Amino acid sequence: MTIWDRLRRDRVLLLMAVPGIGLLLVFWYLPLLGNVVAFQDYLPYIGIADSPFTGLENFRRLFEDPRFWDALQNTLVLAFCQLVLLFPVPIALALLLNSVLSPGVRKLVQSVLYLPHFVSWVIVVALFQQVLGNAGVVNQFLREQGWGTFEFMTNPDLFAFLVTSQVIWKEAGWGTIIFLAALSTIDDSRYESAAVDGAGPWRRLWHITLPGIRPIIVLLLILRLGEVLSVGFEQILLQRDAVGSAAAEVLDTYSYFYGVVGGEWGVAAAAGLFKGVVGLVLILAANRVAHALGEQGVYSRER
Amino acid sequence: MRPVWMERPSVASHVSKAAVLVAVCLLVAFPFLVIVSTSLSSAETLDRTGGYVVFPTSLDFSAYEAILSGGIVTRAVLVSVGVTVAGTAVSLVATVLLAYGLSRRGSFAHRTLLAIVLLTFLFPPGVIPSYLVVKELGLLDTYASLVLPTAVSAFNVVIMRGFFMNVPQELLDSARIDGAGEWRVLLTIVLPLSKAVLAVIGLFYAVAYWNAFFTAMLYLNDTAKWPLQLLLRTYVLGGSTLGGSSSFDPGGAASLPPVQSVQMAVVVIALVPILCVYPFLQRHFATGVLTGAVKG
Repeated sequence: MTIWDRLRRDRVLLLMAVPGIGLLLVFWYLPLLGNVVAFQDYLPYIGIADSPFTGLENFRRLFEDPRFWDALQNTLVLAFCQLVLLFPVPIALALLLNSVLSPGVRKLVQSVLYLPHFVSWVIVVALFQQVLGNAGVVNQFLREQGWGTFEFMTNPDLFAFLVTSQVIWKEAGWGTIIFLAALSTIDDSRYESAAVDGAGPWRRLWHITLPGIRPIIVLLLILRLGEVLSVGFEQILLQRDAVGSAAAEVLDTYSYFYGVVGGEWGVAAAAGLFKGVVGLVLILAANRVAHALGEQGVYSRER
Repeated sequence: MRPVWMERPSVASHVSKAAVLVAVCLLVAFPFLVIVSTSLSSAETLDRTGGYVVFPTSLDFSAYEAILSGGIVTRAVLVSVGVTVAGTAVSLVATVLLAYGLSRRGSFAHRTLLAIVLLTFLFPPGVIPSYLVVKELGLLDTYASLVLPTAVSAFNVVIMRGFFMNVPQELLDSARIDGAGEWRVLLTIVLPLSKAVLAVIGLFYAVAYWNAFFTAMLYLNDTAKWPLQLLLRTYVLGGSTLGGSSSFDPGGAASLPPVQSVQMAVVVIALVPILCVYPFLQRHFATGVLTGAVKG
């Protein structure tokens, strides 16, 4: 069959793909090209086409700005907290849920735990404020007992833990879904023969359950690494004022305030591009390590 | 049901498991309880308890009456509803068509187009260039800017495509032999078999549109066009007192309900649609629509 025959045969399918592909091209790939402003002295009133190119000038200014390094440091601290504290929680929860034998109890717990995933960040922060804020339920209780006020939400030193605990509250339950799915694919006969051979519950967990979900753990860990520098933009933007920018500025908010608010488009775009490239390098590197360790990773040769 | 080979669990493990599960559920549920209770409390109750109520002693709907009787909250609710409905329709149509267009292996340019979808996972476009594109297209301060940039989610396309590819091939072939074109096949065979996945993806999009606040903050300068989430941020988190501030007219109520309950009532209103669609989402998780698609 020639190309033209195939084109004629599939023209309706191609036509159907046009709106979706078009939206992706305009609002995803066109902005990728728009990153050229990172190499320009971009002036909004003359546009991208006519703004003068300045080479790496924006990156020089970016790397000379101490606030950029603060933002990078905060980003890395938050990313580290989320990776170490957040990642294991859904796995542990999934293992616990998987060991609950009553389907009714399991379903009830799941419906409660999945709910926060569908609640917006604005509301999540509002909920935390009502409970943990300086005028919130917990502090009111502490004051009634004469124990004073504990600043959970406005203390810059606790910000990393506050943000991480919010992410855990919102996403840990939802995160169990994929692990539960992986757990359900483990063949029961393997547990049975292990039990017959005298392996107790903990040894079965270690030798059968965990190896069974290892590919999915690796896959999610790699994907997580790629997003590691996107440490909750909306969430942090909402709380930046409460703790001050010294603790709460991350690469995304830096880029936003420098560019959209401050009008320094070139430097802001350079910061964004820096973040994107580091994320891409991390995901590719992690995938290569996974391949080297004999795991499937995000993509294998065929898709 | 415990399989025969599994040991009978000890009392200690039973109790500790139950304790952890109850504690985790309470941690999630408690903040919701506080919000709803406070929104339903009268001024006297709030004065007595110092601003927060865990279990309401009386029910007082004045906060809801105040914010829903016209004024900026009502308008923001209407904006959010409009954007959510229109956005979900656009997203669903584009996603279904794209997923179906890519569902036949070996069709023309199939791999290239699929790569265009999948590569979006690797590299986010960045805030600044996205803003510039929306600006150059003249979409700033339009409702379209809340819909089009996030209209197609590659993740949802992949899930739906996986589902379409599992529709039995014989059904499609026999329809084609009967002379049905691709549109007929999609509308009369594939879509009726995919109601569950359509519902889940549609609700995913709807929830995302309803919850979005950053797109509005980025692209809208005109406060009259603000959706509910942006209003929430400004008046509930931003500390501006919603009931008392002069810039805010809750809409002609003679005596203003307490600030605290008005704020919490706005939060509850933003939550209600989520709580309404949640049982439907829940039912489809149970059928494993999503997890199956993720695995495949």
